[in-house]
Amino acid sequence: MASESLILFFITAVVLVGSALIFSSIVPPRSNNPAKFEPYECGIETYGETWLQYTVGYYIFAILFLIFDVEAVFLFPWATIIREAGMTAFIEILIFFTILGLGLFYAWKKHALKWE
Amino acid sequence: MAFDIYDFTSLTSSIHEGLATFLPPVGVLIAEWLLVGISVLLFVAVFGLILVYLERKVCALFQQRLGPMRVGKWGLLQTIADFIKLLMKELITPNKADKFLYNLAPFIVIIVTFMAIAAIPFAKGLQAIDFDIGVLYVSSVSSLGVIGVLLAGWSSNNKYSLIGAMRSGAQIISYELSVGMSLITMIILAGSMQISEIIQAQSTGWFIFTGHIPAVIAFIVFLIAGTAETNRGPFDLAEAESELTAGFHTEYSGIKFAFFFLAEYVNLFIVSAMATVLFLGGWMPFHVGSLDGFNAVMDFIPPIFWFFGKVMFVIFLIMWFKWTFPRLRIDQILTLEWKYLLPVNLLNILLMTLIVLMGWHF
Repeated sequence: MASESLILFFITAVVLVGSALIFSSIVPPRSNNPAKFEPYECGIETYGETWLQYTVGYYIFAILFLIFDVEAVFLFPWATIIREAGMTAFIEILIFFTILGLGLFYAWKKHALKWE
Repeated sequence: MAFDIYDFTSLTSSIHEGLATFLPPVGVLIAEWLLVGISVLLFVAVFGLILVYLERKVCALFQQRLGPMRVGKWGLLQTIADFIKLLMKELITPNKADKFLYNLAPFIVIIVTFMAIAAIPFAKGLQAIDFDIGVLYVSSVSSLGVIGVLLAGWSSNNKYSLIGAMRSGAQIISYELSVGMSLITMIILAGSMQISEIIQAQSTGWFIFTGHIPAVIAFIVFLIAGTAETNRGPFDLAEAESELTAGFHTEYSGIKFAFFFLAEYVNLFIVSAMATVLFLGGWMPFHVGSLDGFNAVMDFIPPIFWFFGKVMFVIFLIMWFKWTFPRLRIDQILTLEWKYLLPVNLLNILLMTLIVLMGWHF
């Protein structure tokens, strides 16, 4: 099949989830009780806001991920043609990895990789 | 209708020609789409049910129990009964939730798994779409699942859900790197990103045997990172029952919960299928050098059985991890990825490049 058929898989998934949700919102018996629609936490009423500022630690890892993921995008085409490109490409990637490694080393020494 | 279990191209082309005799081209396209759509739906439903049953049986095996035994022979109908029960449960939307995003999240996780299945090669000629960039496609599409998880956790307006989603997000994006780099290591060896070409390149020997030490290292890293990416134990702290109730899907009930559950198992299948394609030769039979008699016997087993046999082997390994190792803490998970797997992967890529350039591989 051609690549356009990818939309078929999208439609199939939407149909599966959509039809199941429609079925489940019509057929099963319903009962109304105000307590049922409260957040499920500890049994007592929930305290304070939930949507608030969150630990900065996750943010640091997200930035690190971004750097290395962009690098991976560069590596994919490089990896497919390495046989034709030969030794030159190897030296180049060595330089590339050295710079990257220095970046990782810097983050490590700055305790950015430490969870606190 | 020509049916050859060793090569499905004859079956698909005969279906195509058979339809073309009495339908216009648009009709052929719609009929084929219907056929493929229904078979993918059936596959996901049946395989998901089988995997849930298998998980419970494997868990029971490791804990010296019997597992589900009541519904049907050896409890074979247990997961079907569970599915019907979940389908007949009332759907609850918490009144504080962001209703649109809350309902969107199950769609996203399921759409992502279906899109990834499009590129999985089940047997020779039994692959829906053979992309030029198949490996990159699968890894990029399956990493979109984290959006569904984050949406689910955030929109529920529940503190446990938010914590679970944040942990899961940090974990999935971190291990995404290791998965990607193990894939790059194997792409260097294969010299192509097209899945059919990668499998064809393994007709003389699977990459895990021909790729020397780097392939073995990449396989181990891929297994660890793949386990983490599917949020399975020992990396299941996103849904750590004892501290977070159920993590990001705490507020989901009935069939919406079932979809998160299904997505987890289909993702498990996709990770195992990618491990099979890249390391264990996809649907290629096992061959040993010049032992022609042995090779002929191996060739007699149809490729589709080879594929599912290998996938089941990898799935069993990942289930084994889940029921053997204790759960890691978030700092341990991030340390493992950033201080161990990532540097090892970078060195591994260089080693593999050197081996390929020098022609040291078999």
